[in-house]
Amino acid sequence: MPDSSRQESKTVFNKDEAGTVLPTIQNFYNYCSERRLMGTRCVKCGALMCPPRAICRKCLSDKFQWVEFEGHGKLLTYTIIHFPPTQFQALAPYAVGIVKLQEGPQLSTMIKNVKVEEIRIGMPLHVDYETAIPKEWPRWARYFFKPE
Amino acid sequence: MASPIASIVSAGISKFGVRDGIYGRELFAEAEKEAVDRCPNLDPQKDVQALFVGMMSESYEHQAHVAPLLLDWVGLLPKPAFRTEGACASSSVALRSALFSIASGIYDIVLVGGVEKMTHVSTTGVTEILAMASDFPFEQWHGISFPGIFGMMAVDHMHRYGTTEEQLAKVAVKNHEHGVLNAKAHFQKRITVSDVLSSQPVAWPLKLYDCCPRSDGASCIILTSPKIAKKFTDTPVNIIGSGHAQDTLSLAERENFSTMQVTKLASHQAYAMAKVTPQDIDVAEVHDCFTIAEIMAYEDLGFCKPGEGGKLIDEGQTHIGARIPINTSGGLKAKGHPVGATGVAQACEIFLQLTNQAGKRQVSDAKIGLTQNVGGAASTGLVHVYQRGD
Repeated sequence: MPDSSRQESKTVFNKDEAGTVLPTIQNFYNYCSERRLMGTRCVKCGALMCPPRAICRKCLSDKFQWVEFEGHGKLLTYTIIHFPPTQFQALAPYAVGIVKLQEGPQLSTMIKNVKVEEIRIGMPLHVDYETAIPKEWPRWARYFFKPE
Repeated sequence: MASPIASIVSAGISKFGVRDGIYGRELFAEAEKEAVDRCPNLDPQKDVQALFVGMMSESYEHQAHVAPLLLDWVGLLPKPAFRTEGACASSSVALRSALFSIASGIYDIVLVGGVEKMTHVSTTGVTEILAMASDFPFEQWHGISFPGIFGMMAVDHMHRYGTTEEQLAKVAVKNHEHGVLNAKAHFQKRITVSDVLSSQPVAWPLKLYDCCPRSDGASCIILTSPKIAKKFTDTPVNIIGSGHAQDTLSLAERENFSTMQVTKLASHQAYAMAKVTPQDIDVAEVHDCFTIAEIMAYEDLGFCKPGEGGKLIDEGQTHIGARIPINTSGGLKAKGHPVGATGVAQACEIFLQLTNQAGKRQVSDAKIGLTQNVGGAASTGLVHVYQRGD
């Protein structure tokens, strides 16, 4: 018998007619499930984006190439959440912050594998990925950051 | 001073707070009735041409399509009604839309209001509904709440400028002092700096008393073209400046987390249109959803230099009776924050102040007022400037 649950968890990339992976948010998370932090470079002006966008904010082009990011960055700001939205209640208190990737773009993220009192602005962090993928929409693998 | 865009001839506001068992539509009727009763020369069914109303979320009361509903509940079918959504700035967007309708000459007399009914939903449920105004795939999906977004702004401001938790606490203490003077406010209770500092952490460095409450409430103003305002009142309040700007939904995509670019841009537009400067403002209502937001508003509106917001509250310059009284109503912190109602509720307070009807919290000889309202992580921002029109 075919294993339908395995079938469902297979990553499906949206592609254009030529087979190129489209610069979509879902594809960004599909790459996360392959443990790759991917963004895009605007073909026209060279701007780097992570996460990807449909239209370049700088030059309004819609032509992009996927670029793999190293996943290293520095913490710009953070907070410790004690009163979370419903689905995150079991995790509280937890740390979230904004990371500036060494390539330039900035991402919001949870900060894990660190004591909250040891978190400092400017600390180097590195990307990692949750292995569990939710069963319902949006079936995205979360990235998070942790100390180098 | 500039020529007026439109005139407020009356204002009404429901009691804000935990209004157990009162529906949103009933709250709006309460606010609208007060505005109409304050304006005996107006026959609403004959004179009012349209309703503009702000409401953030259908999720609280499982109710969409509220423009016709609220219009019907104040007895004004079949006039046109417009509902605007800009998160916590929803009814300021309604106000600006109403200004356009009057400036265009299409309407002369409109109602502008806002409403939100929130307190029947649990704290975690409200947290989740409010979080919908942040970016889903890159903020909500990673457990980032609204207090979390403003917590990240606060950490940045403290790191960049040395702003302290005590300075944040003083904003809450001041707004609670003002709220004691406002019978419509959610809280009429003084608090101390140590109460704030010892309250439960929500999103460090923000604690429970750094956060505005979830509230039920509604607000309403009657807006006319300036040329007919005196038919309805001897003391209209003219809107002489309006500004509006947008920013990224997600905080991470900005260059500076210690400033609200939308407030800067919207205030520059509003000041230029009104031909005034920050020094001309006698009284202001600003968006203190969290204490850090009021500190940032001081700076972005030009009431002090960037980084000096903490010093302004330390020096007591924003209390009633001081140089620039801010949030005389109690602000979102003490008056409460039924999110869709807030923008127009700010306009109601400025109307009361500039018409000398603010009672115990009256700012003496106030002639020019300002409101600043932001939605989400300041992804929407509006600023309006008002002038006494008598």
